[in-house]
Amino acid sequence: MIAAHLPALQVVVPLILAPICIIFRSATVGWVLMLAGSWSALAIALAILEQVTTGGTIVYALGDWAAPWGIEYRIDTLGAFVLVIVSAIAAVVSLYVKTSIEHEIPPVRRYLFHCMMLLCLSGLLGMTVTGDAFNLFVFLEISSLSTYVLISFGRDRRSLTAAYRYLIMGTVGATFYVIGVGMMYMMTGTLNMADLAAKVPEVADTRTIQAALAFLTVGLALKVAMFPLHLWLPNAYCYAPSAVTVFLAATATKVAIYAFIRVVFTVFGGVEVFEAFNVQGLLMVLAIAGMFAGSAVAIYQTNVKRLMAYSSVAQIGYMMLGISFGSVTGLAGGIIHLFNHAVTKGGIFMALGCIAYRLGSVNLDDMAGIGKKMPATMLAVVIGGLSLIGVPLTAGFISKWYLIRAALESDAWPIALLVLLSSLLAVIYVWRIVETAYFRQPSRVVEEMEPAPLSLLVPTYILIGAAVYFGIDATTTIDVAIAAAEGLLGAKP
Amino acid sequence: MSPEATLLLAMAAPLVGAIGIFVTGYEPNLRESVTMVTALITFALVATLFPVVASGAAPSVTLLEMFPGLSITFTLEPLGMIFAGIASFLWIITSIYSLGYMRGHHEQNQTRFYFFFAVAISAAIAIAFSGNMLTLFIFYEVLTISTYPLVTHAGTEAAKKGGRIYLGILITTSISFLLLGMIWTYVEVGTLDFKKGGLFTNGAGAGMLGILFGLYIYGIGKAALMPFHRWLPAAMVAPTPVSALLHAVAVVKAGVFSVLKVTLYIFGLETLRDSGVSDWLAYVAGATVIIASLVAMTKDNLKARLAYSTISQLSYVVLGGMVATSLGMMGGAMHIVMHAFGKITLFFCAGAIMVASHRTEVSQLKGLGRTMPVTFICFTIGTLSIIGLPPLGGLWSKWYLALGAADAGHLILVGVLMLSSLLNIAYLLVIPVRAFFSEPDPDVEAQFNDHHDDHHGDEHHDHAPATGAGAPVICPAHGIHEAPLPCLIAISITAAGSIALFFFAGPIFEFLKPIVTP
Amino acid sequence: MDPILHLSEDFPGLFNYWVVVVLMMIGFYIVIAHDNLVKKIVGLNVFQVAVFVFYISMAKIKGGTAPILDSSITVYSNPLPHVLILTAIVVGVATTALGLALVVRIQRAYGTIEEDEIAAQEDDA
Repeated sequence: MIAAHLPALQVVVPLILAPICIIFRSATVGWVLMLAGSWSALAIALAILEQVTTGGTIVYALGDWAAPWGIEYRIDTLGAFVLVIVSAIAAVVSLYVKTSIEHEIPPVRRYLFHCMMLLCLSGLLGMTVTGDAFNLFVFLEISSLSTYVLISFGRDRRSLTAAYRYLIMGTVGATFYVIGVGMMYMMTGTLNMADLAAKVPEVADTRTIQAALAFLTVGLALKVAMFPLHLWLPNAYCYAPSAVTVFLAATATKVAIYAFIRVVFTVFGGVEVFEAFNVQGLLMVLAIAGMFAGSAVAIYQTNVKRLMAYSSVAQIGYMMLGISFGSVTGLAGGIIHLFNHAVTKGGIFMALGCIAYRLGSVNLDDMAGIGKKMPATMLAVVIGGLSLIGVPLTAGFISKWYLIRAALESDAWPIALLVLLSSLLAVIYVWRIVETAYFRQPSRVVEEMEPAPLSLLVPTYILIGAAVYFGIDATTTIDVAIAAAEGLLGAKP
Repeated sequence: MSPEATLLLAMAAPLVGAIGIFVTGYEPNLRESVTMVTALITFALVATLFPVVASGAAPSVTLLEMFPGLSITFTLEPLGMIFAGIASFLWIITSIYSLGYMRGHHEQNQTRFYFFFAVAISAAIAIAFSGNMLTLFIFYEVLTISTYPLVTHAGTEAAKKGGRIYLGILITTSISFLLLGMIWTYVEVGTLDFKKGGLFTNGAGAGMLGILFGLYIYGIGKAALMPFHRWLPAAMVAPTPVSALLHAVAVVKAGVFSVLKVTLYIFGLETLRDSGVSDWLAYVAGATVIIASLVAMTKDNLKARLAYSTISQLSYVVLGGMVATSLGMMGGAMHIVMHAFGKITLFFCAGAIMVASHRTEVSQLKGLGRTMPVTFICFTIGTLSIIGLPPLGGLWSKWYLALGAADAGHLILVGVLMLSSLLNIAYLLVIPVRAFFSEPDPDVEAQFNDHHDDHHGDEHHDHAPATGAGAPVICPAHGIHEAPLPCLIAISITAAGSIALFFFAGPIFEFLKPIVTP
Repeated sequence: MDPILHLSEDFPGLFNYWVVVVLMMIGFYIVIAHDNLVKKIVGLNVFQVAVFVFYISMAKIKGGTAPILDSSITVYSNPLPHVLILTAIVVGVATTALGLALVVRIQRAYGTIEEDEIAAQEDDA
């Protein structure tokens, strides 16, 4: 019985638990509810993945209102995969959150924090399960609004301006998305994604649909933080509380990329988007520009969280590059990197949170000599850094392999070379951190520091361990990604 | 135990040992015993595999599938066995040597040193046993990363800078060239397995082959082919046992071993001969041989001189591979063994000199032979092997290399080999000659004796033979002792090995023959 | 056909859409050009209103009445975009409320709501 309603439960469970946090006004209850919400979401997501891999795409009519007038939840392999990623990250973060917000959020406001995390989670999950274009906007805004609040919980007053800026840019992006949806509704008369996919090819030549695609992609690109629409990201990641940065870095942009893939390959799946609309070149250029700009700027940062934020911009460039190839290998590479980057960056930001917890700062200069005092934490940062570079036996290597393969298979060997060169930039900024942590003399503050508490280290190592595990035995992620890519690209009639 | 199990155990043993080292770090003697025992076990395991491979078998183990259709696979074959053999054998010797050196030099963080050493050896053996290019690449990178803490062991600014160059060059070459070449190969032929005769047997274009081959050879930065050789002298900032084993044996040999393996099993000697894509690289190798020797002559720092000598000698092996003839390949493979023993002896001696007399420059070594006779005799033996004179093993590898080059018609390269022998005499042989036959330079002696006087009050400065250092302890008013006993034992074993190899070259040749017979 | 002629002929019918474009640009301009944080939010609102007008214009059918079920009426305006706009208005209200709340906090923290003054304070930080 429950099994039939899993798609709805996936969204509803965290959504209901959120206001209950407010009723109880207690930090502990809030945390328990967050644990319950995220772990049950994970359980549901795994069950859904199981259902999808054995039974094919799940189609669920919300409230039994039939599509295309009712809102429909539609989950295919890619969707199920993203659900698992988001809920798994949320589950691990909920283990991490209790200790990490001790120094960052005053006790009286913690229940609000947990409430917002649950709302954000349900928004992200909703974006992933929905099969209705406007419904996606609604969930997009739910997750975005709660994100703005979450960012503003940061200790530094700059978190407020970061949240504000993200609000302005994010709302512009979402509004662009709505305009795009409106234009598509005008031409096809439906909002259901599957229905749109059937109806768009007939009207694909009209300027309205072309404008719609433009608005949709720009709006989503803003949420994805694709270069050059990434300006909100560095400050937002940098000044938010550690747990929020982990959660955001590992999920928000990933779900936005998922939405992007949905629009381009499912809704517009009947049209050869890359050929008909001539966007492939533009997308590739912007992706590569993002790869280099992100890595290059990262090298000069003194705040390590900010450094990693710019690194995320570069990594998002990799994902978009994979998507822009339009081949199974390329798309699979982008999807694999979605997963690999989520666990890698999540782990790195968790480790940085450990450092922030003990040190109160994540400035590179303050971290001098920290390698001796916090060996486990720095080891996590090093392993995460190696995964960002793409060293074998880490998850990053798998993604790089597929991206380069896709480039060579498309006879685009200059792009392959560019991907490799940008990995070298990653070596530079990772090694800056390594050298500061291990080669410089520790300050007195660092000398007297204790290593990170277990309650923070264990979740960190869960994610970093995943980054290593899925770098060695990547068959699960690869199979899912290739199945998803084939499903998306084979969706053309 | 089945060969497959032995294979895996031989790679796992050093890792287990590493954990043991980490755990027993608090008690140095216990920790050192763990290292020794692990090294002995590892060599024993590797040794049992020799007869298996000699009989023609090629046991193979697939660990797990990393990508659909591509696994981490280990396969035994003669070239890999040779490399694993010398790596594991010389680990034992180096462990003995490290005991004397690290304690004599009062090095910090010794647990970290022994730990990463064991990990690096495990990676080297895994490279030796790789069954496909993916596996080789994985452990090649693991070797780079695990040797970084060893290179930067001192933790000083100089160590950091040296580490940057080391890592920078090795990672840049491996990511930009080797990885690209590897994936390109996979896209072209659909497999990365090492196959006799190569993967390109059904006629690939010479242009593509040429670029691909270049990517591989330059991608293997550990072979120190010019212009990507700078990491080797930069890595000399490491403690001498590191320089000795890793940069005279494991790391650089992993590099040239990979070059030979790629030449033999990815491209195949015939394909290379027919397309001629390796010719220009043979000349690059030849140029490296000469240029590195010339630079070595200008270096006063002993370790720097030996580093450039290593670069030169590595290009011997590369040259052997690039001329793409059977004898050239055999010569290159044998040179891996000969050079390993010869060079490690030289590095051990350099370290011994440093510990015993604090001298690092060649110009400071005049007359030292009289106070450190054992050290300098072994140094001479090592030098003669490098030069390639009988009765040292180095003669045979040079012989086959020259024959191989002549076979391919590259008479210029034969000349290069001869010329480099002369240059070796010029920059290497002068050292022991001056040590034995020249008078000590008074200014140098004064400089060091002042230093020596500073030490007179220290606890470690003891002249009494009761410490167990059996070699003659000469300390007149101020003097120098021989090296610590463990160091001397190690040096003597490797020097003796170089001599023994002269007589054992035959069996090695026979063992290696199957790699070039179709 | 001459595009200008085309436009001027269709202008009366496309009037709504022209308004949409103008409002959108005004709103966007306010967001970008003004430094005052509250004004930016106002600009955002104008931008969103443009979208509302767009949807509603889309829904209007010539001669259609309000979508109330009655046997005598056959032509209705499309109710769906109205529903969508209600949702979007709610979202817009929530966003505005949140934005203004942030502005209040920023005022307390920085003492000003002018972006250039805040940037100056942040650079000194």
